[in-house]
Amino acid sequence: MKIAVASGKGGTGKTTVALALALSLPGAQLVDADAEEPNCHLFLSPTIHETVPVHMMVPDIDLDTCTFCGKCAEFCRFNALAVIKEKVLVFPELCHGCGGCAYVCSEKAVGKTDRRLGEVEIGEARGHRFIQGRLKPGEPSAVRIVREEIARLDQDAPAVIDSPPGTACAVQETVAAADFCLLVTEPTPFGLHDLRMAMDLAADLDLPAAVIINRSGQRDSLIEDECNARGIPVILNIPFDRRIAEAYSRGEILTDAFPEYAGELRRVWDTVGREVRA
Amino acid sequence: MKIAITSSGPTLDSQIDPRFGRAQYLLIVDTDSLDVEAIENPNVAAGGGAGIQSAQMVAGKGAKAILTGNCGPNAFRTLSAADIEVYTNVSGAVRDAVEAFTRGALQPISGPSVAGHFGLGQGGGEAGSP
Repeated sequence: MKIAVASGKGGTGKTTVALALALSLPGAQLVDADAEEPNCHLFLSPTIHETVPVHMMVPDIDLDTCTFCGKCAEFCRFNALAVIKEKVLVFPELCHGCGGCAYVCSEKAVGKTDRRLGEVEIGEARGHRFIQGRLKPGEPSAVRIVREEIARLDQDAPAVIDSPPGTACAVQETVAAADFCLLVTEPTPFGLHDLRMAMDLAADLDLPAAVIINRSGQRDSLIEDECNARGIPVILNIPFDRRIAEAYSRGEILTDAFPEYAGELRRVWDTVGREVRA
Repeated sequence: MKIAITSSGPTLDSQIDPRFGRAQYLLIVDTDSLDVEAIENPNVAAGGGAGIQSAQMVAGKGAKAILTGNCGPNAFRTLSAADIEVYTNVSGAVRDAVEAFTRGALQPISGPSVAGHFGLGQGGGEAGSP
């Protein structure tokens, strides 16, 4: 079973929950899919055994065979190619690597070259398999990194995937790989606004979902009303408690600092397991 | 000689649009006859690469120069490949700009005048989620 921990809004407690959830189940894998700024490693100090580079194929034009017909540039919806007179300009940072330019070229003048986007690191922390992505600074999209992380999962073991914030492409890639979407939110208008978008995303992907309210205590009804209206259960409340924030700021995992949460998180696994089987 | 001007409207009396790639209109003006071909720019709402697309359009029209407010790196590279001179920081009515160009009062630039995504507002930098 694979659980994606997503939120919409950033800073609601995805990493807090993902770390505690993974450590609460022996044998569970943890994937940090927030490749733009992975931070699970700060809490785990993992041992990395393997680093897998992630590349994207970008076009490389053979100017001897190119007839400058412009079909490749016309095809590219991201405008990563421009044909001007007897020149072909390639804008690698706009390329999404679909290969369509090579497909439409009748002269076979479009070759491919590798561009490194970042890497996936695979290792171990506290007896749990750990995978994290690292996107090269300046690269616009982490989708391919996330895809590689997912491909490196042990398919037979349960997994917790810490999603990037938002609901854009890299999040969709993360959530689509899971069997269940666990949404961590906070009881604020901003938390609710982005939670709705994340709920829509899970619904679009036909994934069962549940909500964890972090910093719970005041205005929880803001979130509960939305959950009731959509029939999505709230399965855990983590209180608005300064001590939890302090432990996090020291790099301590929730269940290490407050062992009473271990049982709560085991119950989350049980609840999710029932939902997935249902 | 044909030149291109980014414009907020379709005539010589329109104001120059300071954005290149996402300008409302591209006017192709014959500097001798002052004949105008107004092109409603389809790249206003392009997802990305608006400057590259607009530059290819300008090149396809045979313009030798472009007068605009600002020009980003990708657009500049594409315009340069087409040997089109780029004049930035041009403002006011299109007619006055054409007249200043003809008089030789404008200086072409040798590099982009702004970073990418300028035309998306907020002074550039944030293009939203890819």
